[in-house]
Amino acid sequence: MTTHSSQTASIAAAQNTTSELPRGLMLERWRGLRALALTTAALLSAALLAVVIGSVSIPPGAVLALLGERLAGLAPAATYPDTYRTILFEIRLPRVVFTAVTGAALASAGTAYQGLFRNPLADPYLVGVASGAGLGATLALVSEWPGRWLGLSAVPIGAFCGALLTVGLVILSAQVGHRVPISTMLLAGVAVGAFASAVTTFLMLRTPEGLRRAFNWLLGGYTGAGWAPVGIILPYVLVGLVVLQLNARALNVFQLDEEQARQLGIHVERVKLIVVLAATLMTSAVVAFGGLIGFVGLVVPHALRLLVGPDYRRLIPLSTIGGAAFLILADLLARTVLAPQELPVGVVTALAGAPFFVLLLRRLRRSVF
Amino acid sequence: MTPLRLLNLSAGYGARPVLHGISLNIAASQVTALVGPNGAGKSTLIRVLSGVLAARGGEARLNGTDLLRLRPAERARRVAVVPQMLHLPEAFTVGEIVLMGRTPHLPLWAGEGRRDCEVAWAAMRRAQVDELSERRADELSGGEQQRVVLARALAQEPQVLLLDEPTAHLDLKHQVRVLELVRELARVDNLTVLMTLHDLNQAALFADSVALMQRGEIVAHGSAQDVFTAERLSRVYGLHVAVGAHPVRGTPVVMATGTL
Repeated sequence: MTTHSSQTASIAAAQNTTSELPRGLMLERWRGLRALALTTAALLSAALLAVVIGSVSIPPGAVLALLGERLAGLAPAATYPDTYRTILFEIRLPRVVFTAVTGAALASAGTAYQGLFRNPLADPYLVGVASGAGLGATLALVSEWPGRWLGLSAVPIGAFCGALLTVGLVILSAQVGHRVPISTMLLAGVAVGAFASAVTTFLMLRTPEGLRRAFNWLLGGYTGAGWAPVGIILPYVLVGLVVLQLNARALNVFQLDEEQARQLGIHVERVKLIVVLAATLMTSAVVAFGGLIGFVGLVVPHALRLLVGPDYRRLIPLSTIGGAAFLILADLLARTVLAPQELPVGVVTALAGAPFFVLLLRRLRRSVF
Repeated sequence: MTPLRLLNLSAGYGARPVLHGISLNIAASQVTALVGPNGAGKSTLIRVLSGVLAARGGEARLNGTDLLRLRPAERARRVAVVPQMLHLPEAFTVGEIVLMGRTPHLPLWAGEGRRDCEVAWAAMRRAQVDELSERRADELSGGEQQRVVLARALAQEPQVLLLDEPTAHLDLKHQVRVLELVRELARVDNLTVLMTLHDLNQAALFADSVALMQRGEIVAHGSAQDVFTAERLSRVYGLHVAVGAHPVRGTPVVMATGTL
């Protein structure tokens, strides 16, 4: 055995002088504040713009006064026509809030999936939500199930159940022993998704009427039903958001890779299952009413990642706000560009989002994923 | 000052058993090197002790608790790992990576507090990466990344440190730097260190004892002087070897002289 030279004293001495912490450590937590202010401002302006603009334009001053009256009981300074109130509270506001909740859910679910799967191409529909919801909605449409349940038509119920069942099937078929490896989950998602899409196509082709209606639904968009859908999707989305945020630090550790996450004491399989279930629940809920809106869950997280870096504790809340703002603007474009005809909002998100995304990628050369 | 006692540990992949009843006393405040040919089960043993691979039987006793029965966070507060394949994600800073070492000490939802930052900072100074704290970890050299991961392991405040081929992919200077640091961690910080090494000469130079593995079993355990005999190494590695002495330190030096 060797005798060791001793530089030990100097190293031990260096270790004891931990007087002040460097900027590099405490620091990072404020890095997201500017982005938070920015996205919140964007959300508020987008929402105001979206309630002002339309076939009947309501002046911003009137919007604020009427909101003050409704929410805080303040008497408006001027008198406004009752049509303003009807348009604002029965038509535009529910649409804006519904769109905001949908955008928030899709963007934050996308962020979480990109982190969980360590894959920049992951989006909220990755593990079967889209194909499952499509199949469920189509089944409801072609079977012409007449009943309404709790005031809901069959389509959102079919879509919601279809999405949940499909994701459940994907997880079950991806299971290897007690674990659900990411790679098998992705592959099972592709396989089950392809199968469900094939069944959907088969059903659509059997009935021409079903084809048109299912196609409309698949393209996505607000279906115009007042406040009821907002009340239904909001609890799912709120629960999902809280669960994702609670797992944000675990998602950071996941970026090392699953083996290192396990060595750092993360209950890897549990986190994986919880994140997938939370994301699935919120995505299924918004898809059931809003249809399949693409690109929100991809472009918003990446844009924000370029702005604030890879920390999921910042990315998830920012995606929530940013996704809401982005989809409100997309929906505004969808209903104004060819007014009175409405474009499917999914068309707008892709048309507007893709070039913006490419621009971002080119401006910031350093990769952040 | 806590030794790690492995009792009759066995593990494997699928139907293939890899470890056959390993029993080994890993001394506290010392560096134990795990050596042996490829496929002997060295990395598998590290994976079992770090909780990545479930054991099929046996125990790993530390202070009277069996590491193999602990929940992941409880185990990670006692055992830290520097894995062989370094994978540092893009865009995280060195400080952020090292702070991840605090994970087992924090509830899932909690953020790091001041003490966590202090522990991480002390770990970074110990591993000599404090100057790099605001650099992106994925843009560092191999030697620097190795020390970042070592700092992350130290931030776990473990009693046991496991390293899987810590010198792979490093040049000679960085190899020696890492091995000297590891030795200091055992001596000064009283960590119980178990590391796998391919280089028998470095094992002889830097480890207090060596455990020689072959086909999932411990063949010999003791000082390098006692374990590294030409006859035994020839048999285990299937190679003609000569064993000499280090010109300065006098530790065994192993050289291949031809295949059997």
